[in-house]
Amino acid sequence: MADFKFDLVSPERRLAEMDATEVQIPGADGDMTAMADHAPTITTLRPGILAVTHAGGVEEYIVSGGFAEISPTGVSVLAEKAIPRAEITAEQMQKLVDEAHAAHQSAAELGQGVDEADMIRNAMVDVAGLVGA
Amino acid sequence: MANLKDLKNRISSVKSTRKITKAMQMVAAAKLRRAQEAAEMSRPYTERFNAVMAGLAASAGGEGAPKLLAGTGSDNVHLLVVMTAERGLCGGFNGNIAKKAKAHAADLKAAGKTVKIITVGKKGRDAIKRDLEQDFIAHVDLTEVKRIGYENAQDIARDVLARFDGEEFDVATIFYAKFVNVVTQIPTAQQIIPFEAPEGADADSGTLYDYEPSEEAILADLLPRAVATQIFAALLENGASEQGARMSAMDNATRNAGEMIDKLTIEYNRSRQAVITNELIEIISGAEAL
Repeated sequence: MADFKFDLVSPERRLAEMDATEVQIPGADGDMTAMADHAPTITTLRPGILAVTHAGGVEEYIVSGGFAEISPTGVSVLAEKAIPRAEITAEQMQKLVDEAHAAHQSAAELGQGVDEADMIRNAMVDVAGLVGA
Repeated sequence: MANLKDLKNRISSVKSTRKITKAMQMVAAAKLRRAQEAAEMSRPYTERFNAVMAGLAASAGGEGAPKLLAGTGSDNVHLLVVMTAERGLCGGFNGNIAKKAKAHAADLKAAGKTVKIITVGKKGRDAIKRDLEQDFIAHVDLTEVKRIGYENAQDIARDVLARFDGEEFDVATIFYAKFVNVVTQIPTAQQIIPFEAPEGADADSGTLYDYEPSEEAILADLLPRAVATQIFAALLENGASEQGARMSAMDNATRNAGEMIDKLTIEYNRSRQAVITNELIEIISGAEAL
């Protein structure tokens, strides 16, 4: 098996660091899965679920945005907020959704970045649906 | 010779001062450890981020680059974000940052530029307002914040970016103290708009990345985040510096109080002995007179 590292950091702390076989990333333009020897890529994230497959199983994290750096030897995800899916509570999820709504509202008032805020809000609502289900 | 009762009172008051400074020193030591941990935890993110940004900035820094990277084309109006502590009693910490900011403002003014100042932290606001009242535009209050979070940095960044979009300034610089160790904190000025890679960030220049959605879109997305990230890193450094400065200031104060107590105690003993000698002389000369 090729050497492939997964790294998840937020501004406040390092959330995860492990060997992985594949990482599924909620890219801004659609989901993508990175495996060893992937072409070097940098992509922005939309709110979604980041799934890491490693020898011991699958770890899932809810991310609110940020970006991912993919290289042939690993993936570094720099997320602004990330919470393990198993640990997220209904209130936390609701808070994230509320924040997305608020950001959308203020974008609409300012009249700039509306499309982006719209995309983020919709993605966040989708995530909430997935997690709630 | 001062009278005995006064001396005794002074000794006990210096003793209680020493207790207080000792306690403050220990509290600062505990807080310093936490602040350093927080700064270390954020380092992986900041380092990766700066490496990616430096690479992007190098390859996309040409024509038509976003204003946050390329600048507005002029540098007439400077925004200084001065970050200090909410509390005093930490040696020269607040004063040094304010002094650096004031010197910078004076240089800019001498060159005919306009200066606007935002302060973070009460102590800096007081120092800046005393001399540069007319340039002061806003203050960010973190008195209620127990632990600096990324949200605090995001709030400040949002405010700064809104002002940039409103064309209120051309260049933004943050002032904070870089933590070296407990006795050394270096007041530092760092330009955040237009983006300048902080020293020590080495671009992964060897790797050519694919960008999704596109290089421009990513750059536009990352530049505002870069502002927040740099402010966050500065806030954490500042937090550690503040506690370090307070710790060494309080250590000095404790030691000074100890010295003072020793001196006062000697004086007290001497005056007591003098009183006794005096009394003896009086008794003896009284007996001789009989």
